Amino acid sequence: MSGAEFVPLSLTPILIGVFAAIACALPGNFLVLRRQALIGDAISHVVLPGIVVAFLITGTVSTWPMMIGAAAAALLAVLLIEAIRRLGGIEPGAAMGVVFTTMFAGGVLLLERSDTSTVHLDVEHALMGNLESLIWLDAFGWGSLLDPEALAGLPPELFRMGLSMIGVIAFVWLFWRPLKISTFDEGFAQVMGMRTNLIGMSLVAVSALAAVAAFDAVGSIIVIAMFICPPAAARLMTNRLAAQVGWSVIFATLSAVLGYVLAGYGPLWLGAEDSVSAAGMIATVSGIVLGLAAVFGPARGGTQG
Amino acid sequence: MLWQALTLQLGYNATLVAIGATLLGFAAGVTGTFLFLRRRSLVSDAISHATLPGVGLAFIVMVALGGDGRSLAGLLTGSAVTAALGLVAVQWLTRRTRLAEDSAIGAVLSVFFGLGVVLLTVIQTMESGRQAGLDSLLLGSTAGMLRADALLIAAGGALTLILTLILRRPMIMVAFDEDYAAARGLNIRQVDLVTMGLVMAVTVVGLKVVGLILIVALLIIPPVTARFWTDRTERVWLLSGVIGGVSGFIGAAISASAPALPTGPIIVLTGFSVFAASLFLAPNRGVLAAIIRHVAFQRRVHVRQGLLALAHGQPIYERYTVRLLHRAGLSRPDGVATEAGRARAAKALLDEKRWEILRAMPDHEAAAALYDGMRPIETVVTSDQLAEIDTHLAAPQEVLA
Repeated sequence: MSGAEFVPLSLTPILIGVFAAIACALPGNFLVLRRQALIGDAISHVVLPGIVVAFLITGTVSTWPMMIGAAAAALLAVLLIEAIRRLGGIEPGAAMGVVFTTMFAGGVLLLERSDTSTVHLDVEHALMGNLESLIWLDAFGWGSLLDPEALAGLPPELFRMGLSMIGVIAFVWLFWRPLKISTFDEGFAQVMGMRTNLIGMSLVAVSALAAVAAFDAVGSIIVIAMFICPPAAARLMTNRLAAQVGWSVIFATLSAVLGYVLAGYGPLWLGAEDSVSAAGMIATVSGIVLGLAAVFGPARGGTQG
Repeated sequence: MLWQALTLQLGYNATLVAIGATLLGFAAGVTGTFLFLRRRSLVSDAISHATLPGVGLAFIVMVALGGDGRSLAGLLTGSAVTAALGLVAVQWLTRRTRLAEDSAIGAVLSVFFGLGVVLLTVIQTMESGRQAGLDSLLLGSTAGMLRADALLIAAGGALTLILTLILRRPMIMVAFDEDYAAARGLNIRQVDLVTMGLVMAVTVVGLKVVGLILIVALLIIPPVTARFWTDRTERVWLLSGVIGGVSGFIGAAISASAPALPTGPIIVLTGFSVFAASLFLAPNRGVLAAIIRHVAFQRRVHVRQGLLALAHGQPIYERYTVRLLHRAGLSRPDGVATEAGRARAAKALLDEKRWEILRAMPDHEAAAALYDGMRPIETVVTSDQLAEIDTHLAAPQEVLA
């Protein structure tokens, strides 16, 4: 594969995939340790009604209203889960199940009832994303990376996803100590004077932000998979949190790159003509990574290793 | 149109689907109860998402064997195989590694679903795959269903329900008290396996009606709703089944009554309406009942504190307290005690003193623990004990000039 083919068609999707994977995997480390791993799953279901409502209000498929709608829906879901959990005295898992299925059902119903036949807005697209379409048409080869005219034609998702990733990295880096202490020993963190509720809420908020940004670019399968699989695999590699975060970034990057390449070129190597879903393949590769870590990971069995 | 649908007059297929959805909803409600009581509701999410690659593989295999590929029975068989694999994967990750169950669930559901999407894109490139309509299994679709498929769903729902009812006793016992069940000689792992098998059956039968993304709602919402109304296990499962069945029936009927009303979402939203109503209106555990309890408690505290203030001859500044006392005829609107008010105030002060003595007596530790500042002491001790307490009261003393 030459630069003339690779740069316009594959470079930007791979970069966006990697950014999305890292942005989700970083907060995922803490969610997995806090046993809140399914928050990513819940968020990626509830953004659907948010996006549909945003579309119904604005009447167009444009990015910002939809991102705002998705974020509002995620916020509403978190509040609803919390309210149902407290008011009804229901365990968190079941409360989450009630909220995200209902909101997703509402989104599907709204979508079916409204006239969206003229625009590209459907459930499959929301689930599976469209990583393959985020191509860089203005590029002609590696030289385009230095060509300002061509750079102006980069897909906007690249910048949004890059910014989101930087935001997530900054959050984890700035609040490393409180995050770490409150994750492992909430009581101790409280004694130290940390506001553990606030830390927990901001972790969920940052996760939601990463999920919504990634959802817009790559669809919800990658979001759910990247929140859980790389951090879970990393957890089986080491007992140290810093090392675990490092491993999770490596695994996320590996899954994104390998998954995209396998989806785009794998079928060609096997003699088929069309590529398969990159989002699905990235999730599959992350699952294989997790499977390997579960069988061979040095810290798979517990603290004794 | 809706009335016709509710009374099963919309044709043979719609009737079969409505009956199937009712039976399925009932079975899901009962099965879901055991998951819910064991706090494993979300395992069903992993199982349902794990059906997708099975559907894809079944289609590919059936086409490769020269068949149609769209046979519902074949697709459901395939989905059951990968759903079982997904369940095994969750169990294996939880048992053999240190990952918590929620991580295992999330990993399995996303990876299996991702693999399923890959297979769906493969199918789209196959010649016979263009109108495969497999995406109808994502969200459920009963419109324009074949007669054989409708029969399959009705029969599947009935079979699942019968199996659930036959197997419910050991599942109740394990869900209610695992240790006791083990002591009685039940094999916990086997019972869990049976529960999960039933969850799989519900999922597979529900694929066409509700769709794989929303089937978990049928397993979660009815038991959570039923739990509001009763604390007894043997009623929770029945009530949960009824709620599930009614949601299934009403949802299927509404969906059949007009176009563009997808069955799965309507069933889920119907179930959620019942849930929301229960959350607010259920006696005892509902929000409304809690608010009423809270207000009543608040009033008792205000009246009690007001009476004590009257007894001490202190002015009452809290307007709400004065209002409550006035309404009960215990004080004038300006907070001065009436005859009845003075009597009640004296009694309140006496009670308070008696409680003080009671709480200082080691013999009455259990009774003293019931002190909350409002309970009349006569409801806690016998009249003999009260007389004994009264001997400790200070005798009247000469008032010095």
